[in-house]
Amino acid sequence: MTSPTKKKFEFENNTDAPVDVDRVRAILNANDGARIRTWLSICSRCGLCAESCFVYVANDRDPRLSPAYKFSHTLGEMYRRKGKVDRAFLEKCYQIAWLQCTMCKRCSMYCPFGIDVATMIAVARSVCHSQGITPKQLAFFSDHCDKTGNHMGIPVEELVDTCEWMVEEVEDDYEGVTIPIDQPDAKYMYTVNPREPVYYPQDISYAAIIFAAAKESWTMPTFGWDCTNLPMFAGNRTLAGKQVKNVYDKAQELKAQHILITECGHAYRSMAFEGPYMAGYPDGKPPVKIKHYVQLLHEYLRDGRIQIDSDKKIKEPITYQDPCNVSRNGGLWEQARKIIPYIAEDFRDMAPNREHNHCCGGGGGIMPMGPDYKPYRMASGKLKADQIKATGAKFVITPCHNCFDQINDLSEEYDLGVKALSFKEIIVEAMIVPDHLKLECEK
Amino acid sequence: MMESDINWNSIYEILTGPALWFTFIFFVGGLLIRLAFLFRLSRKKDRVIYNHFSLAWGLRSIFQWMIPWASASMRQQPVFSIVAFIFHLSLLAVPLFLSAHIVLWEEAFGVRLWSMPDGLSDGLTLIFIAAALFLIARRRIRPEVRILTSAWDYALLGITMLPFITGFLAYHQWGPYEVLLILHILFSQILLILIPTTKLGHMVLFFLTRAFIGFEMGGRRGARSW
Ligand code: HEM
Ligand code: HEM
Ligand code: SF4
Ligand code: SF4
Ligand code: SF4
Repeated sequence: MTSPTKKKFEFENNTDAPVDVDRVRAILNANDGARIRTWLSICSRCGLCAESCFVYVANDRDPRLSPAYKFSHTLGEMYRRKGKVDRAFLEKCYQIAWLQCTMCKRCSMYCPFGIDVATMIAVARSVCHSQGITPKQLAFFSDHCDKTGNHMGIPVEELVDTCEWMVEEVEDDYEGVTIPIDQPDAKYMYTVNPREPVYYPQDISYAAIIFAAAKESWTMPTFGWDCTNLPMFAGNRTLAGKQVKNVYDKAQELKAQHILITECGHAYRSMAFEGPYMAGYPDGKPPVKIKHYVQLLHEYLRDGRIQIDSDKKIKEPITYQDPCNVSRNGGLWEQARKIIPYIAEDFRDMAPNREHNHCCGGGGGIMPMGPDYKPYRMASGKLKADQIKATGAKFVITPCHNCFDQINDLSEEYDLGVKALSFKEIIVEAMIVPDHLKLECEK
Repeated sequence: MMESDINWNSIYEILTGPALWFTFIFFVGGLLIRLAFLFRLSRKKDRVIYNHFSLAWGLRSIFQWMIPWASASMRQQPVFSIVAFIFHLSLLAVPLFLSAHIVLWEEAFGVRLWSMPDGLSDGLTLIFIAAALFLIARRRIRPEVRILTSAWDYALLGITMLPFITGFLAYHQWGPYEVLLILHILFSQILLILIPTTKLGHMVLFFLTRAFIGFEMGGRRGARSW
């Protein structure tokens, strides 16, 4: 891997304190189940997985970046040493686990034994985290989660203010758009990425407009509204469990029928698939049904609850970035492809696509780790940049905040001349405003 | 010709008698114990297996990886996949259906399997040796495989080849027949004993890990893991 910096990384705590071997052992023992044991013992070192990993391919096929090398030199080594590891070793694990693997799970579909590297890297992260070796930014965001329930540390009043402000913003254009706060018995409890209220508040108003157009029953909760899970990426499993439980509990308290997830990839994976385990639900099922925004939009368009003005369809060539955690790890690639013909005329798919897509390079927590790590993202993202370029598209639709920012960064870095778009903004632009949303003067 | 103080016959008797029984019991029992241990462990620590179990997705996943080039991954490395397929095919077919072995199976277990013509088994033996040499060469040549490979990986490939080489030489009587035959049986027994205790346990564990990823990705998310 390109190692642009030889400087020391910023950990949660840069100390020389000795490693607490008992703690490491406890984590290793807790995870020493039949799966990890079998995976570690039967990997035949065939190297088939290498070519499936975008980090390996994008970084001149450095053999130290193959999935098998990465799990063997992190978790594998921890078990071989029976937990007796030192700080220097854990710092090496840090580089592998956070900078060289986004836990996108592609390699597990390319290994003849289906060895799940992402799951093992997640355990390696937990071990590092237990010794304070966590990316500083992720630790910072996790701290916010612990104290306020959302990773940006936004107080309740501020969220409510933002919602009110967004309603005012759209009053000039639409009639009757509201953001119901803490409304019980709604069909959807809408949860967002805290980046939205802070950096992209219009995303919330887009959602509100779409709900109003479809005459939906929904609500925005004042707690448990952060569906993302940065503690999960920080390797803090306990807090990650608490983070999802906040959302589940709030939905049950409000008696919402579904938890609806904004256009965010890892939030969906966390809430629908990994969250129940982290929060200690033995059956592995979330207590409330989870729906991703892509599913909702697909239903609205299919059922005619939202109508598109065909003159407003996107004419320029567009492509779709399958977020790993919406497609491969979420199973929603077809829904997205069914939405696209409604809103765009010239769709050009990437290759490979759907569940075989490559990660954009911004996943696994590396995006929120901050600008110091951008060189790694850009190097690994080269493969995605090439894929996008090959389509000749001008726009890249992607229902994931990380992918979104990464695509825009890649466009700048590799002169792709593309712009990332979310589904919501396109739909709001292109929909036929129904009569009940039209202002008096326009009717 | 033979050194008089070594009694080849009695060594042969032991190897095809008690040692052979020990080997088979260790081989089958070892695999069963490994499975039982993993099963118990999984009941305690791997709920995810039972929560999302789906037979259909599991079987599809196994099936798609047993047919050459049925998976995207195999298509990405077509030469390696076909060689590895032939390697395994001969590895299973020759010892099971070789006519010289059939006699042994019948003596030991009283079952008479189909026996393949000697010409075919001889050909498959050579093909196997060639495939194994290819796999060794690949491990030397491809950097991403070379870096993963330990001395033990070469040793296991070597140990897998030894019964084939010695069996072949004995069959053609190239060299001292008794010694070769005894070596053949000895190496075969070592190989069979290593299967339950090493990564070669994939002989049975493959089906479990393959099925798991099949329903974890497929049953839960609809993603095909091939
Ligand atoms: C452990 C018990 C085994 C015994 C007692 C045994 C015995 C024999 C005997 C008696 C022969 C015939 C030699 C001749 O024609 O004179 C033979 C040949 C052979 N055996 Fe085995 N064998 C055993 C296991 C294996 C295993 C596990 C393998 C492969 C993995 C194997 C592969 C072969 C091969 C390749 C030949 C030569 C075939 C040819 O070139 O035509 N054997 N074995
Ligand atoms: C039904 C049984 C078996 C299945 C499904 C199976 C499957 C596999 C798979 C998927 C691989 C990894 C990739 C590849 O090389 O194709 C592999 C590798 C390997 N298998 Fe098997 N296997 C089986 C039985 C055996 C047995 C009985 C042995 C040895 C006695 C064996 C020896 C090996 C070796 C040495 C490798 C590594 C090849 C290399 O070095 O590249 N396999 N097997
Ligand atoms: S999970 Fe993704 S990033 Fe990590 S090793 Fe596998 S393919 Fe590479
Ligand atoms: S493909 Fe699977 S078995 Fe082969 S080296 Fe990679 S992880 Fe190991
Ligand atoms: S950022 Fe996007 S592509 Fe990358 S891991 Fe997340 S969802 Fe996948």
